[in-house]
Amino acid sequence: MNAIEFILAGMLAAATPFLLAALGELVAERAGVLNLGVEGLMAFGAVLAFIIVYQGGGHLLGFVVAGLGSAVLSLLFAFVTLGFRANQVAAGLAIGILGQGLSALFGKTYESLTVRGLPKLALPGFSDLPVIGSLFVQDIVVWISLAATLALWAIFAYTKLGLIVRAVGENPKAAHAIGYSVISVRVLAIAFGGAMAGFAGAYASVVYTPLWADGMIAGRGWIAIALVVFGTWLTGRIFLGACLFGAVSLMGLAAQATGLDVPSQLLSSLPYLVTIIVLGIISADRRLLKLNGVASLGEPFER
Amino acid sequence: MSAWSLAFVPALVRRERASLAAALCAPVIALGGAIALNLGLYVLMGRDPVAVVYAMLFEPFLSWASFSEVLLKAGPLLLIAQGLAIGFRAKVFNIGAEGQFILGAIFASAIPVWFPQATGQWIWPAMLLLGAIGGALWASLTAFWRVRLNANEILVSLMLSLVAAQLLNYLLLGPWKDPNGFNFPQSVMFQYDAMVPTLIAGTRVNVSFLITLALSIAAWVFMQRSFIGYKLQVGGLAPRAAGYAGFKEGWAIWLSLLIGGFAAGLAGAAEVAGPLGQLQRSVASGYGYAAIIVAYLGGLHPIGIVVSALVMAVIYIGGDNAMVSANLPIAAVRVFQGSLLLAYLIAVAFVRYRLEWRRGAHRSPS
Repeated sequence: MNAIEFILAGMLAAATPFLLAALGELVAERAGVLNLGVEGLMAFGAVLAFIIVYQGGGHLLGFVVAGLGSAVLSLLFAFVTLGFRANQVAAGLAIGILGQGLSALFGKTYESLTVRGLPKLALPGFSDLPVIGSLFVQDIVVWISLAATLALWAIFAYTKLGLIVRAVGENPKAAHAIGYSVISVRVLAIAFGGAMAGFAGAYASVVYTPLWADGMIAGRGWIAIALVVFGTWLTGRIFLGACLFGAVSLMGLAAQATGLDVPSQLLSSLPYLVTIIVLGIISADRRLLKLNGVASLGEPFER
Repeated sequence: MSAWSLAFVPALVRRERASLAAALCAPVIALGGAIALNLGLYVLMGRDPVAVVYAMLFEPFLSWASFSEVLLKAGPLLLIAQGLAIGFRAKVFNIGAEGQFILGAIFASAIPVWFPQATGQWIWPAMLLLGAIGGALWASLTAFWRVRLNANEILVSLMLSLVAAQLLNYLLLGPWKDPNGFNFPQSVMFQYDAMVPTLIAGTRVNVSFLITLALSIAAWVFMQRSFIGYKLQVGGLAPRAAGYAGFKEGWAIWLSLLIGGFAAGLAGAAEVAGPLGQLQRSVASGYGYAAIIVAYLGGLHPIGIVVSALVMAVIYIGGDNAMVSANLPIAAVRVFQGSLLLAYLIAVAFVRYRLEWRRGAHRSPS
């Protein structure tokens, strides 16, 4: 297998934690809430899923518990920011630290243990294609994530639900005036974001690299938040961004496999460096950010 | 009407003026709440709450030896938080102090690593200065990205912290590894003149604590008494008004980040030239993140931060004690920090708002 095939085969799986967390954050941000706690929510989901799967509960239950657990933790964020109108930046950081602390606390006795991952399912017909065939051999979660991406795109593009969420983020006062409950929509959007971050963490700990280690999320949650900016709040672009980061995180492995004489620390920091560079390139075009940006992002709503 | 505006749910009503009493009580109430909450958690984990309270909250004060460790721990937290708070007040969210701290440690270590035989009283002051410059340089990357490229400073400064941690690993496993260090990822031990002189005999508290206190006073003068500090605060409170008044936003961002990076870098330098005595991995132990909580808990006020840094240091030292005597995992300290900040954010809402319980307290949409 050459480097290109290697990257194609692994790209979608590597992209999935980024994608799931970024889609959740997208919904929260479209509703006007900036949740910076994604890293901690992912870590919390990751440890819950790992414990369930390690104890023999199965992957499905692991994902369900991770999603519920992180959604509950994100509701704490909703309580502080919406109930008490706290600064969203500070509250997000607090949830992030709390989530990481709880994950280390719960996961202490599971440190460095492993579980079995999920089998890969081939898409008949496509998986036999030359070079790109390996792109169509993925585990079930990857397929579901792709479906979720499409569904979310359709919801924002075509449904009233999507319109309400956008209205609440764009102009909460107007949305309130025409009878929508800004607070309820935002609570649900935050909970959805939390659940997706939980799934993303679960994928990282019980499917992608099926082991538990403190700090294993390694900045993926932050990159997911950056992805929402890269994607200028558009579902399709966020998907492409997630694929880019999947590929970048594999490039490190590919480079090592080919015996390239580069310090491993440089390869490990590649995703962070790429994030910084891409963030600079995208943000420099202020027009692009304004076009799809969320007008009331990060601001508390007061009637 | 939504379920949230039902009559039995109290409504937050904005106060005519912020309550000073609430502002002073909020951190104390938050601390009490966080302690109660975490004790509950420890009981659920099957730990003896009395032993935990004793180890965490009393033991740090019971001997001069352990209280001096509290002071030692408070130093970097205090210094970093003072720098961050100036930025936070100007609404510049530098959360990459951890990276700036690491770069400060690396820059400071360059002198003893490259000139291990050098002697003279100039070495440790030069290291502290070089460290502060290193931290400011690392922060200037974020400032450039924010001002010139319009990139979000929260994300950029955090990513740079993750890069800084890798850079530290690279140096300690590669070019800066002590050849006689039994393959441990650490630099050579620093020479005598590279160490900050001890302040209190018999303890590890050194002269950098005095520098930190002096800079805290400087931060107070800067924020409360100087025109530049005033301009920064106005810029944070009312960006548009500040713009009309001719205060430039880009200038405020540069200043905030450079001050934050300078302070964090100085703290990193003081750590390697003080308690550590060499560059090692453990220098990256999360001071930069904890200082964010210290800054908020101190109400972003230079004097409040002195108190909150001491509180946080007690929690650290007490947590270490509890790990030994009450078998508490060290991750409990992080859980405590996170819940403390959340409790504070709830308590501080009552500075600007009061609860109204009367029926129909919510106001109709206006």
